[in-house]
Amino acid sequence: MNAEPRILNTPAEVTLAEAFSASRGHLPGDAAVAAARAVAFDAFQKKGLPHRRTEAWRYTDLRVLLRSVPPAPPAAPASIASAALLPGLDRARLVIVDGAYRPELSDLSGLDGVEVTSLATLLDQGDERVGALAGRLDDAMVALNTAMMTGGVAIRVPAGLDVTRAVEIAHVTSGAYSVFARNLISVGAGASLRVVESFTGPDAAASVANIVTEAVIGDRAKVTWAKLQAEGNAAVHLSTTAVSIGGESQFDHLTLMTGASISRSQSFVTYGGEFARAGLFGATMIGGKQHADIMLGVDHAVPNGASRELFKAVMDGKADGIFQGRIVVRPGAQKVDGKMMTQGLLLSEDASFSVKPELEIFADDVQCAHGATSGEIDEDMLFYLLSRGLPRAEAETLLVTAFLAEAIEGLGDEAIGEAFEQVARDWLADRKTLS
Amino acid sequence: MPAVQETVDQVRRIDVDQYKYGFVTDIESDRAPKGLSEDIVRYISAKKNEPEWMLEWRLEAYRRWLTMTEPTWARVHYPKIDFDDLYYYSAPKSTKGPKSLDEVDPELLATYEKLGIPLREREILAGVEGASDRRVAVDAVFDSVSVVTTFKEELKKAGVIFCAISEAIREYPDLVRKYLGSVVPTSDNFYATLNSAVFSDGSFVYVPEGVRCPMELSTYFRINERNTGQFERTLIIAEKGAYVSYLEGCTAPMRDENQLHAAVVELVALDDAEIKYSTVQNWYPGDKDGKGGIYNFVTKRGDCRGARSKISWTQVETGSAITWKYPSCILRGDESQGEFYSIAVSNGYQQVDSGTKMIHLGKNTRSRIISKGIAAGRSDNTYRGLVSAHRKASGARNFTNCDSLLIGDQCGAHTVPYIESKNASAVFEHEATTSKIADDQLFYCLQRGLTSEEAVALIVNGFVKDVIQQLPMEFAVEAQKLISISLEGSVG
Repeated sequence: MNAEPRILNTPAEVTLAEAFSASRGHLPGDAAVAAARAVAFDAFQKKGLPHRRTEAWRYTDLRVLLRSVPPAPPAAPASIASAALLPGLDRARLVIVDGAYRPELSDLSGLDGVEVTSLATLLDQGDERVGALAGRLDDAMVALNTAMMTGGVAIRVPAGLDVTRAVEIAHVTSGAYSVFARNLISVGAGASLRVVESFTGPDAAASVANIVTEAVIGDRAKVTWAKLQAEGNAAVHLSTTAVSIGGESQFDHLTLMTGASISRSQSFVTYGGEFARAGLFGATMIGGKQHADIMLGVDHAVPNGASRELFKAVMDGKADGIFQGRIVVRPGAQKVDGKMMTQGLLLSEDASFSVKPELEIFADDVQCAHGATSGEIDEDMLFYLLSRGLPRAEAETLLVTAFLAEAIEGLGDEAIGEAFEQVARDWLADRKTLS
Repeated sequence: MPAVQETVDQVRRIDVDQYKYGFVTDIESDRAPKGLSEDIVRYISAKKNEPEWMLEWRLEAYRRWLTMTEPTWARVHYPKIDFDDLYYYSAPKSTKGPKSLDEVDPELLATYEKLGIPLREREILAGVEGASDRRVAVDAVFDSVSVVTTFKEELKKAGVIFCAISEAIREYPDLVRKYLGSVVPTSDNFYATLNSAVFSDGSFVYVPEGVRCPMELSTYFRINERNTGQFERTLIIAEKGAYVSYLEGCTAPMRDENQLHAAVVELVALDDAEIKYSTVQNWYPGDKDGKGGIYNFVTKRGDCRGARSKISWTQVETGSAITWKYPSCILRGDESQGEFYSIAVSNGYQQVDSGTKMIHLGKNTRSRIISKGIAAGRSDNTYRGLVSAHRKASGARNFTNCDSLLIGDQCGAHTVPYIESKNASAVFEHEATTSKIADDQLFYCLQRGLTSEEAVALIVNGFVKDVIQQLPMEFAVEAQKLISISLEGSVG
């Protein structure tokens, strides 16, 4: 009785194990890194791919969804077309193709004083920043990334430096490959940084990207960070951002999900010092048979932190939108103020929306709240616009744009916000062809 | 505000020992041998004079149970239960179907008197003014058997069947066979399957078409024997257009060891029927160091099978060392309605993981969830709930509100809602807050001359008012008292 169910290896798990043993000999890093890779892969194998009984992944069952794993990208660097993403947004660009940093494609102007290094170089030197935050996460896909990471970029902003030009970390997948990238961002005390993270790839290429970013934000620093997931329509996208924010710092983060066939974006924010403020926003726009899952963890480990979360999702066609959010207030973390709101808008009969907003609270002198709604476009609002003479499609577009704009504008960065709203408008303009 | 005054008085009267139902009745009992096996299942079935089909049903459940694993997803922690170290059947010796109350062991009657349960039909509930014309029919379950059911004759005249489930299995086999396990199948979950194999007694209610049950029905559960588990099974069926309100209460003696209570409750509401199910759960919560107490692992589910039917759950949870229950509604009939009102109070080392599931299957189904959690001492209080709309549930509507109040900095309050919508026209709204009693509210009360204990009682009463209002009057008073008792010692 009470026998543990036997875990069968899926074809994807088998391929991953083969890929690890084939590549472990020539992955970057010193002996310590190689040992850490072995430990991490062991941890991954013990857990296996997340499935519906893995509570944090209950709506994204990778054992079912990830049918096969594509090969590693070719050793010879792929040439890529320059992307026309986010026109009009002035920014420096750090380009990562298939998990390798490509300085020759990057533009570092306006980043004076900022240290930009290839992750492969850091691994060879055994930099202790790698894994400092991601290592604490109990997640199979993060462990897999630790075992298999090939490259990426590390950005260090020294204390007090105010970087005004936005920096884009552009992840480009060139074809149906498995990509494992790792990025590091450190922002010194009192410094400021604006980050745009983008993920793109060609349509019809069944790529699988597993990307982890670790960021340490110093005391009194200010970081604005916008993430745009616009992968090709056959891609699987798995990304994790682990952030630690210092005392009196301000961290604003926006996740916009519109691409990929299956996507999961995880963000984990830990408060490292008191009086820090975080604003976490999300906008999902999906249609067809897309599946997009946003996972958010906010860990109030210290007193006097404030967090605001606003996540909006629009689902068309047969798309599945998912949001899981978790605010934890640790014992003794008094005077925490946390508010989380999630709203789903279903544009078609066959779309679905699942939400799990969690509060886990161990301190009494706190103000925490969450709200969640799900529904279709409000008939009254629509009627009002129709009565003013707007065609139905236009009225719908207007309402959906307004719905999403609230979350996008929450970021508080006009230039980035405007560029991201344009992405939303483009999606709405293309919507009919999607479904 | 007489109720508040009553709460305050009640708090004052209580000494160190807060649990007043913790006495043991010294009564001779008949027990099955310790442990669980097919033989024990056969023993229980034989004791109950059950027909062959019932025994088969139990054995099938038992065999399935052997293949299942204990669930671990709830936010509760306890040492592993040794299921072979329990007695699965215990009955007071003298209750071989007493014809009238006079034949019932006086020791038993005294127990119920002490608990304040009216077993004599003329009696009214003590301490409730204006209740002289309100009557409540009671089914009293002591360990594994139902000792007495009151007002049976009068209910029969109205066509209502209210009896022990063991009696129903013998007397109304067709009804039982049709509905038993139709809401909570034997394979449902670990504890429900265990219950299906070894359940001993519980209540059976059948309200025929168009009948409004003339009085409140109530079951009172008491665990007395040491080392026994109580596995009761309740089945309530409301035919087309019927209405019934059912109350459930429970207590247990104070013992050092943990005792298991794994019940299953099934409700079936057909077209236009309404079932109102209220629980005041006051099992022994363990002592101030977290020793002893009942493990309350319960599966409760209502099936709104007919169109326009309605099932309403109201619960006041103050007892048990561990509570793990999710009274749910399956909204199958078009335009059916589900409601869940809950107050969960935890103090000491209690752990509560409770909530509801509202599963919208039919068109234009509606549900409402109001949950108030109060955590004090070193307790953990979790709300866990699911609201889902299936593809065909057009026009489904849900409103959920769960608020948590923290008293003291050693406790935890958690909210884990799951919201799953597969229908665009389903409108779901969920809101949750967690906070402590606001300093300005306390200050206001204190400066009006209330002591801090009175002030907390007043504010807490206000906090839970939405739920208390849903309880039948007799229970509302009791519930209010219970809440203040549970919070005793947590202020200041």
